[in-house]
Amino acid sequence: MFEFTNLTYKIGSKTLLQQVSGCARPGEILAVVGANGAGKSTLLRLLSGDLKPSGGELLFGGGPLAKWPLAGLARRRAVLAQQHSLALAFEVRELVLLGRYPHFGGQPTAHDHAVVAAALAAVGLAHLAERSYPTLSGGEQQRAQLARVLAQVWEAEAGFLLLDEPLTGLDLRHQHHTLEVARDLARQRGFGVIAVLHDLNLAAQYADQILMLRQGRPVACGPANEVLTCENIHTGFGLEVELLAHPRLGCPLIVPCPRQSTVAWTL
Amino acid sequence: MPATATQPVLTPVAPPLPKPTRRPRLVLLALAVLLVAAVLLGVGIGAVSIPAPAVVGILLGKIGITGWAFEPQQEGVLMAIRLPRVVLGLLVGAALGLSGAAMQGLFRNPLADPSLLGISSGASLAAVATIVMEVKILAAFPALAGAAGALGPYVLPLAAFVGASLITLFVYRVSRVGGRVAVSTMLLVGVATNGLSGAFTGLFTYAATDEQLRNITFWGLGSLGGASWATVGTLLPLLAVPLLWLPRLGKPLNLLALGEDQAAHLGLPVARLKWQLVTLATLAVGASVALVGTIGFLGFLVPHLLRSIVGPDHRFVLPASALGGALVLVLADTLSRTVVAPAELPIGILTALLGAPVFLWMVLREQRNLSR
Repeated sequence: MFEFTNLTYKIGSKTLLQQVSGCARPGEILAVVGANGAGKSTLLRLLSGDLKPSGGELLFGGGPLAKWPLAGLARRRAVLAQQHSLALAFEVRELVLLGRYPHFGGQPTAHDHAVVAAALAAVGLAHLAERSYPTLSGGEQQRAQLARVLAQVWEAEAGFLLLDEPLTGLDLRHQHHTLEVARDLARQRGFGVIAVLHDLNLAAQYADQILMLRQGRPVACGPANEVLTCENIHTGFGLEVELLAHPRLGCPLIVPCPRQSTVAWTL
Repeated sequence: MPATATQPVLTPVAPPLPKPTRRPRLVLLALAVLLVAAVLLGVGIGAVSIPAPAVVGILLGKIGITGWAFEPQQEGVLMAIRLPRVVLGLLVGAALGLSGAAMQGLFRNPLADPSLLGISSGASLAAVATIVMEVKILAAFPALAGAAGALGPYVLPLAAFVGASLITLFVYRVSRVGGRVAVSTMLLVGVATNGLSGAFTGLFTYAATDEQLRNITFWGLGSLGGASWATVGTLLPLLAVPLLWLPRLGKPLNLLALGEDQAAHLGLPVARLKWQLVTLATLAVGASVALVGTIGFLGFLVPHLLRSIVGPDHRFVLPASALGGALVLVLADTLSRTVVAPAELPIGILTALLGAPVFLWMVLREQRNLSR
């Protein structure tokens, strides 16, 4: 369980995140939403330990996150970053095997190889296992990285998954497939998932809890259908929307109703 | 525990992946065999020819197994001249290849090499300064004369090693911003520091006498010509740690390819790894350069070439680069002392002469493969 209280992050005199509180529980998906520059990625980078908070409290599994040994943390929680760079031209299977490194000492075991195969199958990339990673398309690279992250916490008990914009570059089917995998992990394996999402309809459909940020401050935090109101979305995104009910799932369906013209084209 | 048993939803059907096509272990074995052949060639060729059976006979004789035919002169040449030289080549070549591979992993750039950290330029600066200033320093501080006399021929290597370490330490410390060493900053600081120490090296060279200039030139071009069991004995303890430790850093270096943050998410203590890599490379390259001078191209060419054969996995690139570096240097040294016999070609000239075209060929080949 991730608990953060009054989390604040500053660079110099700029405050990127101010007094943000919330928690991510096992078995649930917490979606972090907000406009560009609202501090979503900053929050995720604080939770993943990339950045040290300037203030506030950050607990993981009952203890301060900073006290966790790196290796122990790596077997409990995995992080999918927003941007990926891979300096070496690994094959896809070699990339996914990197996710198993926290689990084996010298050589990977048969179990590690089985997890790699299963993780690749879970993201639908088994047929590209031997392709060189740089030759994949953007969306396939994103899925290969997801497979690496899944392989890392494959057998973890009550593990945690931090996903920073995991749907970038994915087609519609794979956007849903990725979130379905996350939901399966939460429902069936007791994982906690924290995901930065842009698409409010996807958040409405998959998230249990939503934290909405605006300019580094929380707008709302709570169960998805309570947070996704016309007022909150207008505050958070500066956009007029109508809410309908999803015809099959019943969750809110957000339909933007933007004003006629927003740009003054004359000088 | 089969993974499929507990995760029915996440594992629809996951048949095992096919066996990898690359055979890195086979390449390592082939390199080792080639290395043995190169050693036999290296100790065998010269004014006194020593065929392989005689070499084996002499070496077996040393451990008490006699009965192989060889001439006493062959034994003298092998034990006093050829063998220490080849062993020195093995050690230095392995150290340069290994450090090159490690630095390419650290900088996440296939064109990096240890000279980016200022190791070679620091060693050069200190060596040239010592050649030019030794007499003046000893005149100013007569108390040092005793120490210099005791160290004898080791004054220059010692100075070079200290110079390499100090410059690298400088680069590393200056690159620390807010408690973190940014590798990209380290690269830029290294370039600037190399320029600066090059300028000072030039200044000392400019002030040198004709005889000192000759010493400087020889040192700058590198040579295994001064090899003896004493040089090997000096180098061995310095190289033992990096030669045994660096090959074990393959897994961490693979993780580093993902970037520092991602590597940390996978449990890698990144700051400690960077510190280890820089220290070990400085030890290996600093000690090598100090004893045999600067030998160009080998450090970045060998790992680059081997990566195209064994693949990008550092668990294989590192040992392969050690074997490959040793192989290339032993062969190059054999060539350097036979091609213009009885004179010797400085080995730095030879590695650059052979290395640059090979490198060009590789770059062009990769470009063509990409544009296809």
